[in-house]
Amino acid sequence: MVGSMAERSFRKEVEKLRIGAGEEFAGEGILAITKALLQSGVAYVGGYQGSPISHLMDVLSDAQDILGELGVHFEASANEAAAAAMAAASVNYPLRGAITFKSTVGTNVASDALANLSSGGVMGGVVVIVGEDYGEGSSIMQERTHAFAMKSQMWLLDPRPNVPSIVAAVEHSFGLSEASNTPVFLQMRIRSCHVHGRFIAKDNQPPPLALREAMENPRRDVDRIVLAPASFQHEQEKVIDRWPAAVEYIKANGLNELFEGSNEHVGIIVQGGLYNSLLRTLERLGLADTFGNSDIPIYVMNVTYPLVDDEILSFCGSKRAVLLVEEGQPNYIEQSINSVLRNRDCDTRLVGKGTFPMAGEYTSQVLRAGVVGFLRHSLPRYQPPEDPMQTVTGFISELKGFVPPRPPGLCTGCPERPVFASLKMLQQEMGDFHVSADIGCHLFSILPPFNIGNTTMGYGLGTAGASAFNTDSDKPPISIMGDGGFWHNGLTSGIGNAVFNKNDGLTIVVDNNYAAATGGQDLLSTKGMTENRSTQHPIEKAARGVGVEWARTVRTYDIGEMRKALKEAISKKGTGPKVLVAQSECMLNKQRREKPLFAKAVGDGKRVIAERFGVDEDTCTGDHACIRLSGCPSLTVKPNPDPLKRQPVSYVDNSCVGCGNCGEVAHEAVLCPSFYKAEIVFNPGSLDRFLWKLRSGLIGWLQNRAERRRMRLA
Amino acid sequence: MADSRERPISIAMLALGGQGGGVLTGWMVGTAEANGYIAQSTYVAGVAQRTGATVYCVELFPKSSLGSSGQLPVFTPYPIPGDVDLVIAGEMAETARAIEKGFVTPNISTLIASSHRVYSMPEKEALGDGIVDLSPLTEIAAKASKNFICFDMQAAADATGSIISSVILGAIAASGALPFAREAFEETIRQTGKAVEANLRGFAAGFEGAAMPAAPVEAAVMETAEAAGPNGQALTKRIQQTLPPPAQNMALHGALRTLEYQDLRYANQYLDKIETMAGVDSAAGNYALTTEVARQLALQMCYEDTIRVADLKTRGARFDRIREHVAAAPDQPVHVIEYFHPRVEEIADTLPAALGEWLLKSHRARGFAARFFSKGRNITTTNLSGFLILHLLAKLRRLRRGTYRYGVQQQLIDDWLDRVTQAAQSDYDYALSIAHCIEIVKGYGETYERGLNRYRATLDSACRLPDERRGDAVRQLHRAALADEQGRVFADALASLDAAA
Repeated sequence: MVGSMAERSFRKEVEKLRIGAGEEFAGEGILAITKALLQSGVAYVGGYQGSPISHLMDVLSDAQDILGELGVHFEASANEAAAAAMAAASVNYPLRGAITFKSTVGTNVASDALANLSSGGVMGGVVVIVGEDYGEGSSIMQERTHAFAMKSQMWLLDPRPNVPSIVAAVEHSFGLSEASNTPVFLQMRIRSCHVHGRFIAKDNQPPPLALREAMENPRRDVDRIVLAPASFQHEQEKVIDRWPAAVEYIKANGLNELFEGSNEHVGIIVQGGLYNSLLRTLERLGLADTFGNSDIPIYVMNVTYPLVDDEILSFCGSKRAVLLVEEGQPNYIEQSINSVLRNRDCDTRLVGKGTFPMAGEYTSQVLRAGVVGFLRHSLPRYQPPEDPMQTVTGFISELKGFVPPRPPGLCTGCPERPVFASLKMLQQEMGDFHVSADIGCHLFSILPPFNIGNTTMGYGLGTAGASAFNTDSDKPPISIMGDGGFWHNGLTSGIGNAVFNKNDGLTIVVDNNYAAATGGQDLLSTKGMTENRSTQHPIEKAARGVGVEWARTVRTYDIGEMRKALKEAISKKGTGPKVLVAQSECMLNKQRREKPLFAKAVGDGKRVIAERFGVDEDTCTGDHACIRLSGCPSLTVKPNPDPLKRQPVSYVDNSCVGCGNCGEVAHEAVLCPSFYKAEIVFNPGSLDRFLWKLRSGLIGWLQNRAERRRMRLA
Repeated sequence: MADSRERPISIAMLALGGQGGGVLTGWMVGTAEANGYIAQSTYVAGVAQRTGATVYCVELFPKSSLGSSGQLPVFTPYPIPGDVDLVIAGEMAETARAIEKGFVTPNISTLIASSHRVYSMPEKEALGDGIVDLSPLTEIAAKASKNFICFDMQAAADATGSIISSVILGAIAASGALPFAREAFEETIRQTGKAVEANLRGFAAGFEGAAMPAAPVEAAVMETAEAAGPNGQALTKRIQQTLPPPAQNMALHGALRTLEYQDLRYANQYLDKIETMAGVDSAAGNYALTTEVARQLALQMCYEDTIRVADLKTRGARFDRIREHVAAAPDQPVHVIEYFHPRVEEIADTLPAALGEWLLKSHRARGFAARFFSKGRNITTTNLSGFLILHLLAKLRRLRRGTYRYGVQQQLIDDWLDRVTQAAQSDYDYALSIAHCIEIVKGYGETYERGLNRYRATLDSACRLPDERRGDAVRQLHRAALADEQGRVFADALASLDAAA
């Protein structure tokens, strides 16, 4: 296996990154950002994958040739802290750099480096592109990057969610960063990352200073290093020099936008990222047209930190009341604007949380209710049209009970399934264990049908999350960790920590060959060879390296071995932590690679065998114990074909990939005898055909005899 | 007041993991951009992947309606309730979800839905029947939308060897919800250059499917049993003469099953018992008790022992079914490997009664035998040796009446029938609840033992209650017995009933 296993390949699309000035670029947000970075003369890019910016990492990875031609260094960092620390290259040299990760979880990890970076400040522009995983589709706790921007004094851009605005924001971020010697956050909301749109491109710029040139001519400025007394000076610089410089740049370059409206008495201030949703809401309320021409003036904050006091005062000054559309809590912007207004004795009423809910995503319904609530007091003569939800609430109430919840789960044939089937069987036998879960696909274990996992404390922190339970017991804690989390920090914070503190707990490291949950990015333990990286460093070896005595690697689908290893690991007392590496490749990516190869082999006339599982409908009991130990999408149910039986039968649909889990579970859990495996031989050889004819002839003869007997009886 | 020029066409799509929502989005955007429209699409990556559902949003605007000012329309990143022109649901429960989210509005929305089901985990993992009945949904969806197009698009995709996305695209083209001709969509498929022929076939199937009126989901009707030979005909005749018409079809199903399971004598024994039951039943209840007993008795008499499993696994019809299921070509070798894990219990079941009983009761014998049955066994039924093992095992059918399990099973049946008959004298509803409750005794191994224990506990508990509460109690415990595997719900239900007793 050679080459990257990324779930989605951008090999074709990245060719668009080469287009020059004046040409139209069409594509998704993440590609547009990459193009904007190249147009800005970026010298290095680093980051850590995670939704919604995983695909940005994939684009960069697939674009390595183009980056290389321009002299841009790209690195898939070990974690977000490593990525942020990379920006140290911009402290002493006029090198532009970009780093990216998901937020706020990635920003949490990166905070140490980011705080140091923003204390000393930067010479070259540094842009931290954060995928703000908030609201619909989010997989993390609901917090705001805004707090990090405030506490470290980094600027925060939240551009309008259209491709030209996003591209402009990238370019201005570098300018703003350099003008104010401050690193800048560029916030990408979930749907902005994959918004399809167009913009007119510029030529790519190689970095004006090459990395090698900078490195071979080192510069040193002790005032930029975070150590007293310089650190005290940094705090002064932040407010005396950098802040005013940033405000000046924002004003001079018009980063925030003012859209005039006919109404003089009211106005709306909105975070750039929410502009499109707000505009459509106003349009539905008859207050704007499709093109953004609004009756009510709108001040769009494409920079949400710092505020530009003058712009806010001039916008609010002449108005009776201003609505602030600020998503998430605490309401930092509202507090700041109120403070600006009070300090300047401006008595314009600011309405924010109150007409809007304090917490939660601002969906179109929330926006509508908030705007209508604001106008009821501030513009009493305005009559809103009927809420379209009124017309559908009747149908919605008729639907009660028809909308089964659809929690996510592991994919068809997922190698993690047998791990949790084994754990569930262990719990059936010995009672429940305390299971400390981690971040990754394996966290789906907390949902039906496995219902395994008590807490999750963060990426790579599964084992550390069980460290308090360091007490003698026949049921030691069981921790789960993914290979991604292991290399991110789990090796030290989890495994090393458990060795040092003599914790007897068991850690199951789920090794899918690469970081599967985020889309198949390579890791140190990636099984395949890759051109640009050093891989094939086994997890078991690393665990032994930090002092683990009991470490074992088991193929996940081998449930018998897995159960044996689990039992042995939890029964060994006083020998320190046990590490069980559950190893099998991510099936989603494996199938993407192997399906076309299989089809080609069939087409080329090669003898190949496809495997699939099935359930005999006439012996299936309709109890679905198999499903409760699997949860595979391909193992489903269908109405019972037997008119006497009411319960639906289990059924394996056409998406089965023949992973073998069903058969192993049937054996190990002593399920019903309904499972069978079918081996379908393509392009059989002459021996195949001969044996098949012979066997089916004899078997057919016996079957016909039995059938005749049944007919006589009938 | 803002002027009211043309507004964007807004599209919402609810897709499941692996349905190719991204492909379909790409086709719509491609068709729009090639035909004079500006397009925006957004989605949340990776959410649908792992079998959850996600919402794709596409907006289109004609270039011809752009003003001279050069202003571009402001597209929404998320579909706005009450403002969606085209709603697509790739599965029937997702159709309900689309309506629930407020995307579907009468007079505005064209709703294109595939009528097939992809069952959710809560529906699948139930110990009995957890499937949500969506049959009233068709009517609601038709009322809620301007134009409702609904057929099994997954089946159309399977039949044409394509993917559901291409079928849906065909249905979109036929619906007229988007201002592009059929050829424009087909051209986009050709431009994409991947699996063009298959996708065009799927597209055509979707285009034609959309022209059909949305078929209402019909409630399942029990099929009519039919005898195939003289023995079956004799049984049919007997049923027609002795049993009330409402129970006849079920009884014939049962009689034919017992005939095929064992022999004519067994089928006649079955009918003896049903006739006795009909004797205590009444027309007032439309012979519901006889019908239910006819159903459950047949299943209990045709319990699944190793002989039965071997019989069913070696039938020619089963081989054909598997070949069809895996879409094998004629003469293509398909090897079938069975997964068996018989325990000592299943072995004892098939032994002569005395031997079976001894094996189960003697610790030493049981321990010794268990050594041979600690592991699962694979038998390749398409190999001669594997086939012969099962073929010969199936022949033990003639000796079944002498096996250990046969005796145990007849005791269970007789006890159950006694209880039903007795209850029927005084409390019809209670009798019906007992008749139904035995359905939890089924299957093999742990499933069988769990069901048997809960069945017994249910009847014991009901006996301790005052007469008028027994029927409800049995039904309540019956539901609780199927609520969870560990039996927490069942234990709670038992405890609360015992406390009330």
